[in-house]
Amino acid sequence: MKITEQQYEEMVKASAPKSTVIINCAKAFLVGGAICAGAQLIYNQLHAMGFSREDTGTLVAAILIVSAILLTALRVYDRLGKFAGAGSIVPITGFANAIAAPAIEHKKEGLVLGIGAKMFLIAGPVIVYGTLTSVIVGLIYYFVR
Amino acid sequence: MDIFWAFVIGGLICVIGQLLIDLTKLTAARILVFFVVAGCILGGLGIYERLVDFAGAGASVPLPGFGNLLARGVKRAVDERGLIGVITGGFTAMAGGVTVAVVFGYLAALVSSPGMKD
Repeated sequence: MKITEQQYEEMVKASAPKSTVIINCAKAFLVGGAICAGAQLIYNQLHAMGFSREDTGTLVAAILIVSAILLTALRVYDRLGKFAGAGSIVPITGFANAIAAPAIEHKKEGLVLGIGAKMFLIAGPVIVYGTLTSVIVGLIYYFVR
Repeated sequence: MDIFWAFVIGGLICVIGQLLIDLTKLTAARILVFFVVAGCILGGLGIYERLVDFAGAGASVPLPGFGNLLARGVKRAVDERGLIGVITGGFTAMAGGVTVAVVFGYLAALVSSPGMKD
C-alpha cells in the first residue's frame, strides 16, 4: 500500500490520542497491578504468621496507607501519580494520598480549617457516598435476608 | 499464583479507572466516589466477594474493595443487631483504614511543609 505524506500525517493524527490512552492504560495496569501484587505478598506473609483473614486484611490496608502517606510526604507518590495515573489513584494507597496531600498543602491555613478540614477534600465525598450506599445496602439486606 | 491474579485483576480495575479519566474527563474525586459506590452495591449483591475470593488483594486493595468492605460490614452488623446495624455497620467496617489514614496524614502534615522540593 502506497500512501502520500499527507495521508500519513492524517493517520498519525487519527491514531495519536488513541495510542496515548493505550499507553496510559498500560502504565495504570502495571503500577496498579504491582501495588495489588505487593499487597497480596504482604497478605500471604502475615496470614502465614497466624493472623485471621480479617485481621490480615486490616493490617495490609494499614501498611499500604502508612507507606503511601510516607511516600506522599517525601513527594514520591505525586511523581508516581504523574506516571501511573489511575494506577496510583484507584488502589487504597491513592485514598491515603488523597488524605495526606491536601493536608500538607493547606497546612498554612491552620490546624483546624487547614489540616483538619482539607484532609477530607477528596476522602470526605468518598466517605459520604460510601456511607450512604452502605445504609441503603443495609436497609435492603434487613428486609430481604 | 494468587500474586499473579492479584496483579492482573488489580491492574484491570485500574485500567477501568484510567479509561474513565481519559475518555470521560471525570475528576479523580468523582472516580473514587464512583468506585466505592459501585463496590458497595456489588458487595451488597454478593458479587464482589466472589471476585475477592478469586483475586485476593487484586480485588480488595482497589477502591471498589473499600466499598465492598462497607457492604460486608453493614450486612454483618444487620445480622448481629438488626436495624441498628444499618447505621453502625458501614462506619465500623471503615474504622481501621480511615483512622490510620487520619493519624498518619495528620502527622505527615505536621512534619512536612508545602512546596518542599525533594
